Amino acid sequence: MDQFTVKVFVRLRPSVLDPAGEATKSASIKLGAEGIKSLRIGKMIEVKIEGNGENEVREKIDLLCDRLFANTVIEDYEYSLEKL
Amino acid sequence: MDNFTVGVVVFPGSNCDRDVSWALEGCLDIRTKYLWHESSDLSDVDAIVLPGGFSYGDYLRCGAIARFSPLINALDEFVKSGKRVLGICNGFQILTESGFLPGALVANKNLNFICDEVELDIVSSKGGWFNNVDEKRTIKLPIAHGEGRYHCDSDTLKKLLDNELIALRYKNNPNGSSFDIAGITNEKGNVLGLMPHPERACEEIIGGTDGLFTLKSLILK
Repeated sequence: MDQFTVKVFVRLRPSVLDPAGEATKSASIKLGAEGIKSLRIGKMIEVKIEGNGENEVREKIDLLCDRLFANTVIEDYEYSLEKL
Repeated sequence: MDNFTVGVVVFPGSNCDRDVSWALEGCLDIRTKYLWHESSDLSDVDAIVLPGGFSYGDYLRCGAIARFSPLINALDEFVKSGKRVLGICNGFQILTESGFLPGALVANKNLNFICDEVELDIVSSKGGWFNNVDEKRTIKLPIAHGEGRYHCDSDTLKKLLDNELIALRYKNNPNGSSFDIAGITNEKGNVLGLMPHPERACEEIIGGTDGLFTLKSLILK
């Protein structure tokens, strides 16, 4: 069995308003940071998982992302995978 | 109708289950039974309410974890058989997460948790959930939510409009919902999800009775 660390990034789709991101952007500007054009908040989910090779692990992660980690009505996801 | 029983689902974190049960039993004399989320036996109940609250602490997304409970798995057959399911607030979120209703509910536009009474237009009474035969087409119900902004893509909105699936719209949109949507039904009309709380508007002494009709309509066939 191979072991992998997978980092899944879940983001609100560009068409979905992110009020928490807007509020944080506003606070960033109050802090004095200049030049911020856009600020959006997502989630990072780190999974340690084992399986027979990368393809099998990708299948599992795809299922998890599509059915649980992200709600694809409002969110997009992507992930990176590192073999341990 | 003597034996008609409404199942009130209890998840860890539900907090309107007793209110719903009280409104049905105390105000409408309709028998209720609490259904623990780990149960998948729905044979004793004739209709189901998914009450408000914070199932599983709203972890990941509101309703996202509840979707995988044995009870929600069993709900598919129940809905297909034509029996009625009412999702209130967190219950509405669970119904969208599990795909019984289209769209999703996301954080309110102003980020506030809004606790208020709102005026709602009855748009469609598909499924008979609202009384729109009288001249009274507006009702007042309480809302209490942080993530009640209904969101869907334009194709879904068109489908909702074309099939008359939009049940309720806010008169003064409090949370930024697409098209002021406060509640929708499925195509068959036997599933209703709404953010406002009809169970909190069942007696004059607590501010109004506009929620009675919707709860009473659970016993419709």
